[in-house]
Amino acid sequence: MIEQSIPFTSQEVASTAAQLLWLIPAVPILAAGIISLLKQPMRKLSATFAIGSLGFSLLLSLFAFAHVVTGWMHGLAVRETVNFTWIQVGNSAVELGWVLDPLSAIMLVMVTFVGLLIFIYSTGYMAHDENFTRFFCFLSLFAGAMLGVVISNSLLLLFMCWELVGLTSYLLIGFWYQKPSAAAAAKKAFLTTRVGDVFFLLGIVWLFAQTGTLLFYSGGDGSMEQSALAGLLAHPAAFGLTAAGAIGLLIFAGAAGKSGQLPLHVWLPDAMEGPTPVSALIHAATMVAAGVYLIARVYPLMQAGALAGGSTTALTVVTWVGASTAVFAALIAVAQNDIKRILAYSTVSQLGYMMAGLGMGGVAVGMFHLITHAFFKALLFMGAGSVIHGCHEEQDIRKMGGLKSDMPLTFATYGIGMLALSGFPLLFSGFWSKDGILEAAQHWSVARTPFYMLAFGALLTAFYMTRQVSYVFLGHWRGHGQAHESPKVMTWPLVILAIFAILLGVIGTPIWPWFQSFLSGQGASFSFASLTEPALWILWGTSAAVFIVGLSVGLSLYGGRSPKATQPDVLESAAPLPWRWLHDRLYVDELYGVTVIAFYAWAGRAADWFDRRVWGGAVSSVAWAFRGWAGLNRFLDTYWVDGSFDKGCEEIATSGGLLARIQTGRVQTYLRILAGAVVILTVILIWSSRA
Amino acid sequence: MTPLTGYLMVAALLFSIGLAGALTRRNAILVLIGIELMLNAANLNLIAFWRYGPHPEALTGMMFAIFSIAVAAAEAAVGLGLVIQIHRHAHTTDLDQMNRMKG
Amino acid sequence: MSFAFYLISAISVAGGLAAVLLKNTVHCALALTVVFAGLALLFLQLDAQFAGFAQILVYIGAVAILVVFAILLTKGSETPKDGVFSKTWLAGLAVAAAVFAVFGWTVLQSGAVLPHQTATPQVTVAQIGTALMGRYVLPLEIVALLLTAALIGAVIIAMHEKPENNEEEVAK
Repeated sequence: MIEQSIPFTSQEVASTAAQLLWLIPAVPILAAGIISLLKQPMRKLSATFAIGSLGFSLLLSLFAFAHVVTGWMHGLAVRETVNFTWIQVGNSAVELGWVLDPLSAIMLVMVTFVGLLIFIYSTGYMAHDENFTRFFCFLSLFAGAMLGVVISNSLLLLFMCWELVGLTSYLLIGFWYQKPSAAAAAKKAFLTTRVGDVFFLLGIVWLFAQTGTLLFYSGGDGSMEQSALAGLLAHPAAFGLTAAGAIGLLIFAGAAGKSGQLPLHVWLPDAMEGPTPVSALIHAATMVAAGVYLIARVYPLMQAGALAGGSTTALTVVTWVGASTAVFAALIAVAQNDIKRILAYSTVSQLGYMMAGLGMGGVAVGMFHLITHAFFKALLFMGAGSVIHGCHEEQDIRKMGGLKSDMPLTFATYGIGMLALSGFPLLFSGFWSKDGILEAAQHWSVARTPFYMLAFGALLTAFYMTRQVSYVFLGHWRGHGQAHESPKVMTWPLVILAIFAILLGVIGTPIWPWFQSFLSGQGASFSFASLTEPALWILWGTSAAVFIVGLSVGLSLYGGRSPKATQPDVLESAAPLPWRWLHDRLYVDELYGVTVIAFYAWAGRAADWFDRRVWGGAVSSVAWAFRGWAGLNRFLDTYWVDGSFDKGCEEIATSGGLLARIQTGRVQTYLRILAGAVVILTVILIWSSRA
Repeated sequence: MTPLTGYLMVAALLFSIGLAGALTRRNAILVLIGIELMLNAANLNLIAFWRYGPHPEALTGMMFAIFSIAVAAAEAAVGLGLVIQIHRHAHTTDLDQMNRMKG
Repeated sequence: MSFAFYLISAISVAGGLAAVLLKNTVHCALALTVVFAGLALLFLQLDAQFAGFAQILVYIGAVAILVVFAILLTKGSETPKDGVFSKTWLAGLAVAAAVFAVFGWTVLQSGAVLPHQTATPQVTVAQIGTALMGRYVLPLEIVALLLTAALIGAVIIAMHEKPENNEEEVAK
């Protein structure tokens, strides 16, 4: 059931918290700038700047959160905006601004808190890396950009920070750029998200053209507010959609790229080439969640035109894509052998859950899973990092084993994360957030299939996580050397995150739906009324059953044994062909290689041919014409002008020579000439006198 | 043919012969001989015109002829002196070989 | 036209031809003398006695001798090897022929204008002397001057040159 959003009251004058909100992203970005100027050996200083700036942002976020909570407790639904004009062009203006409301407050706290823990963790993880300073510079820049996405009140500002986030993701995935696979993975991430961003930009432009503003909330004039939405609904677009639906789908395309939904998910597993803290922060907790956050932000647009209890085309598409992604990625995760890759596919799958939750249940459902997922996925990644560190940079799970005795703290926290992800009933946060999604799926008006898909996905989640934990921590050690526990600077953040992985569930239970009501601005009440609904118990039973089945199958297949890397997996021996398909990631990359990339290569070659032959030919023919003209000129000059000139001179010389022959130097010759001249003169005289 | 015409024809003939000799002979002295012939022919012309002209008592023609004879003599002397001097230098009187002034 | 005229004319013309055609230069000079004589006779026939005798005295007596002297001084008596006529004698002959053609044509064309015969003039030497000293005294003086100059000039031209003093010193 989709919640009806209650109109927020916007205050006349923004409070201090809202006024200072811009500092939250600005300070980490400033820190990044400072760190970029530091020298490589200044490690302590760069780490201090980074952690200090994010700590400051955390404090400010908590302050803002407190402000919003106090407002909420007094019954005021707080949404404060600070907008300013950036570019004025004639009558129209491009405005930017930031917003402080429950959604942004929650997200701010989550991002800064998890980010801070990961920053502290990184000082330990990257201690042996020589590019320590550069790492923290990029991390700070990323944190600033992500926080910019969160507080943005303008779709344009959001897009700018969105791109900046993509850039820092590229820089961090390709952090070890000397490795060709890392450079390729960074490029792949950038290009794949670019595909989504093209559609995103189209949506932005369309929205601006249609409504004249890109601000979300602006005292009634914003694009997410009533008047603009009514205008958008009135406009029909193609395929039976209204403008609202079409723009919503375009924006979802951008979110799908960033959050790794089904056709554009291919970059996320490859992004594991980056250092593990990067995977934890960016590709588990925050950046990939940006897509989900974006959909939550533009939810009024996605929901516009929906009848009571019904869905819109845009939201239906979101749901189906999310559900498909959830199952698809979970299937592939079953057959992977790299510890981070399993977690990557798990992230893709959980993002699909979040999208499905948004589509079916509304902002609160999707966001709750986002928040809980951030904590336990970051925990799992950091735990994986700890394991990799302890196993001397080994990442193949078939070469691990028996670590529960060698790395007890890592095992304990990892186990908590795994149970949270799998949805251990009642105690762990993942259960409550996933349950919220399943409940929404159960009551979805359009179809029941997503519910079954998501339930199946939950089963698979439990199964592959059990498989992973069995391989890594149970059984006996199959690697080289001796595994050792990680230092305290790495394990303390794990503990803190584990605590939250358990406790966060409390704020979203049906008994006390604090989270949901906080987001929607309603009052929250502690009521046991929902416990009486039988549908609820059926749901809980289904979730528990799914979890138990997955866990037990996993334990039975993998619990006791520890197969070596050379031996095939249990499932592989049972069903080799399906295993092969899943192991090869269902050939999506290969499909792209054959279609899109081959097309690009062909287009590139065609363009090159065109450039060289047509344009190059035109230029060459001009040059050739000039050369021909010059050659003709030279020919004419040499043979015509010079020739005629030389000929003339020769003639003159010859005639001069001939004339000189008159001067024989002999007297008799002169005499003859004289006599001849006299004769001629006489004749002329006589004739003229006669005539 | 009047007598005058006869004399004139003879004079013309002698003149032409002298001219031919002056133009064709190799020896420089022969050229001078030709010139003497031409001068004589001219004298004959003068005398013939004096005799058959309107005023023979004016003696114009005869005077002219006498002066012509005197000048011819002087010219012959100088010319032959030149020929002798040339012969001393070039050791020949062959006019065909005297082309130092050629262009 | 009397027979004497034709005879003397023939001799003169023949002499003239001989003068230009003979190989031996001395023979040419002697033939020239014959021409001079023939011309003197013609002058006599034209009642120009003084001119005739002057012709004999000056031309035969002086010029012909002069020519012979010059021939002898320049070894002209030797017959040259290449022939006596110039290599391009035909051109000279053609020019002379053209000249004769023009003269002949002119003379024959204008014959009708001239009077047929006038009275025989009686010219005495006294008249000639009077004319020389009277009317023609200036030409007379100039001719005298000319002769003097020619005399001196001929001497100077034909004089042997003395060898230069520096040639003797260089030879030493």
